[in-house]
Amino acid sequence: MSRTTPADAREATAGPFEVAGRRLTSRLIIGTGGFRTLESIEAAVVASGAELATVALRRVDPSTRGSIVDVLRDAGCDLLPNTAGCFTARDAVTTAQLAREALATDWVKLEVIGDERTLLPDPAETLAAAEQLVADGFVVFPYTNDDPVLAARLEQAGCAAVMPLGSPIGSGMGIRNPYNLRMIVAAARVPVILDAGIGTASDAALAMELGCEGVLLASSVTRAEDPARMARAMRLAVEAGRLAHEAGRIPRRLYGDASTPTEGLPDLDD
Amino acid sequence: MRVVLNGHGRELEEPATVASAVVAAGAESRARGLAVAVDGEVVPRGDWERTRLADGQRVEVLRAVQGGA
Repeated sequence: MSRTTPADAREATAGPFEVAGRRLTSRLIIGTGGFRTLESIEAAVVASGAELATVALRRVDPSTRGSIVDVLRDAGCDLLPNTAGCFTARDAVTTAQLAREALATDWVKLEVIGDERTLLPDPAETLAAAEQLVADGFVVFPYTNDDPVLAARLEQAGCAAVMPLGSPIGSGMGIRNPYNLRMIVAAARVPVILDAGIGTASDAALAMELGCEGVLLASSVTRAEDPARMARAMRLAVEAGRLAHEAGRIPRRLYGDASTPTEGLPDLDD
Repeated sequence: MRVVLNGHGRELEEPATVASAVVAAGAESRARGLAVAVDGEVVPRGDWERTRLADGQRVEVLRAVQGGA
């Protein structure tokens, strides 16, 4: 990273985010679960600056008006279909194939849940599904535990990124194991995108400071009292955290380390 | 003939195809953003008109909705 001059420091922006051969400006991916109306999705997505948003596949409901596909496309967002609600590799693979058919994208956020109460991923089913989807030509973004070994296995399976959780989906508990996350980031040669657990802006900033390439969040925005305002906060937090990561933080010290020179200190004793 | 359409038993006029099931599910068959599975297997859109349904088959007609992380 080259040093920033005074002239460009003021306008410094985080470097672009490349994933699966695509260049994105925003490092924030927004999940659309939990919004009350299509209008509130539009306002929050625009405020977030996200260029990628997740959607799910569900049975057609004739009473539903409007289309999230149109809303997201109007907001300049591409769609990242997910396999939310799947508990087996087989269901996840079929759901991904249906999403490819419906939305004409081979990108998929793979989510295979192992337990309804914790919503934690099922590692064995997730890995099996990832292998099958990669073989079927999908660009796979797997939601995974914050487990460095599993993250490495998913990368070896050919996933385009790995998406470890900070804490359980919708818990808002932030990043419970920053050390594991650092290990995942240090080893990965594909982008690490923090997925799940973000509660507020400082959680998103921490993820980026730890070296994640991006953050995917939903509940922290959709369930906030003012979703569009929180979306804007997340946008700034992700940007700030990435800039801090690129800038290189000072090491932590137990004791103080004066930054003001002691030389030339006047003698003011009487 | 009777199929299970989006989880509910449903009478369809013979000869029933995937395309007619899509309409019966309440979607326009030309609408974008739809996908269909019959007995757990994806039926590509190009095959909807010519894919006949048999009695008792499970048909899922899906579309994108808000969801995720």
